[in-house]
This record gives sequence, C-alpha cells and structure tokens, in this order.
Amino acid sequence: MLSYRGREGYWAWLLHRVSGVAIILFLFLHVLDTCLIGFGPSVYETFVAYYRVPVFRVLEVALSGAVLYHGINGVRIIVIDFVETATRIQRQLWYVVWASFLVLFLPAAFFMLRPVFFPSVLR
Amino acid sequence: MSLGSATRQAYQRRMLRPAGSSFELWSWYFFRVSGVLMLILVFGHLLIVHIINNVDVINYEFVAERWQTVGWRVYDWLLLFLAIVHGQNGLRILIDDYIHSRGWRTFAHTANWVFLGFFLALGTLTIVSFPFAPGSKT
Repeated sequence: MLSYRGREGYWAWLLHRVSGVAIILFLFLHVLDTCLIGFGPSVYETFVAYYRVPVFRVLEVALSGAVLYHGINGVRIIVIDFVETATRIQRQLWYVVWASFLVLFLPAAFFMLRPVFFPSVLR
Repeated sequence: MSLGSATRQAYQRRMLRPAGSSFELWSWYFFRVSGVLMLILVFGHLLIVHIINNVDVINYEFVAERWQTVGWRVYDWLLLFLAIVHGQNGLRILIDDYIHSRGWRTFAHTANWVFLGFFLALGTLTIVSFPFAPGSKT
C-alpha cells in the first residue's frame, strides 16, 4: 500500500484545491465590484476605496500568491499528465514549483507592498 | 472505506484521462487548455494592474480609458470567461468529492450552475455595455 497522505504530492494537491477555492471566491467578488463601473465614478470609487486599505493590501498579496501557486502547480500537473517520466519525479517537481514561486512572488510582493510601507516613493 | 481513502482514490482516478463520459473528458481537457491560456492572461493582468500600476491608481478613469480599446475588452472578457468556467469546473469536482448526501449534492450542483450563468452574464454585460466615449480611440 502506497502512503500518499502527508507526502509532497498530497500537499501539492491540497494546496491546489484551497488556492483554487480562494481564487474563485475572490473572482465572484471581483465581477460584482467591476459591475459597479456601469453606475458611474462615485459608486465605483466608493467600493474600490476598500481595496486601498492596508488589510486589503495584504490580502491582495495573499491572493496573488494563491494565483501564482495555482498557475505554476497547474503546469506541474499538466507536465505529469503528458510526460510519463515526469510522473516519477513529481515530488522533485513540487520543489521546482516552489523555487519558481519564490522567484516570482517575492519581487511581486515587494512591489505591491512598497506603497504601503514607503508611501513617499508612490508616484 | 474511510472518507480519506475515497477522496484519494477519486483523485487518482482523475489523474488518468477520464473514460466512458465525453463530458468528463471535455472537462479534463478544458481544465488544462484554459489553464495554459490563463497563465498568460492572469500573469499579464497581475503585472499590469498590481505591479506596473497598483490599487492606489486604479480608479474609474483608469478602467474607462482602458476600455476605450476594444482589444482590452476582449482580453478582459476572455479572462473572465476562462476563469469563471475553469473555477465552476473545479467547484463541481469539489462538490462531487466532498458532498455525499443526495439532497445537498443536487442543491450544490444546481447552485454552481446558476453561479456560472449569473457571473458570466453579469461580467459580460459589464464589459459590453460600458460606453465608448465619442472621439476616442477604438
């Protein structure tokens, strides 16, 4: 009997589901907030002002992280599906996912949070 | 059989291309094709909206000006369509895996299809109905 739970493949799979649910829930909210654009500037601005609050800036970074992980791990899933040899190294590929994630996420998080911590450099 | 092992087996079955149901096969391919297309569209969206610009400068004028270009409306609608259908497809699989009582399953699946129609219609209406200002670039 193969032990699957608790290993890399299990966490990759679980995180893919959790990040996917977080993204679709935000997408529902995002469709609703964007539809306010049709009601004119004041209605739209009243809502998007919430996105500029520091708490939402942190959630924005978390959401971007979820999107990045889901996308990069999605590539891992597709590669495993179509390349037979990749299936045997799916665990190693998960570490490649995290390496790629950090390379993209850390600078992205820096640029997204910079206006919050260093408002003076804001254009 | 415990719930854990049932979930695990459902996952392992899905890792093979689904056979026997053409809907599940289409769903399987759609997941992957839409995922690859969204890699470009989503990462582009993140780069433009959250890094080159940010939520301090995204306002009514930003969106209004962006949507004067038909190409950006097409970009946004394509992303909307792929993301909503990809996400609905994912939720459908989660419902299959985690909601076991017959009544709640039917309810959840129905709600999921209603959400698909509602958000696709609302998003499409938002993008299509936004006016083009006279004399602007189209």
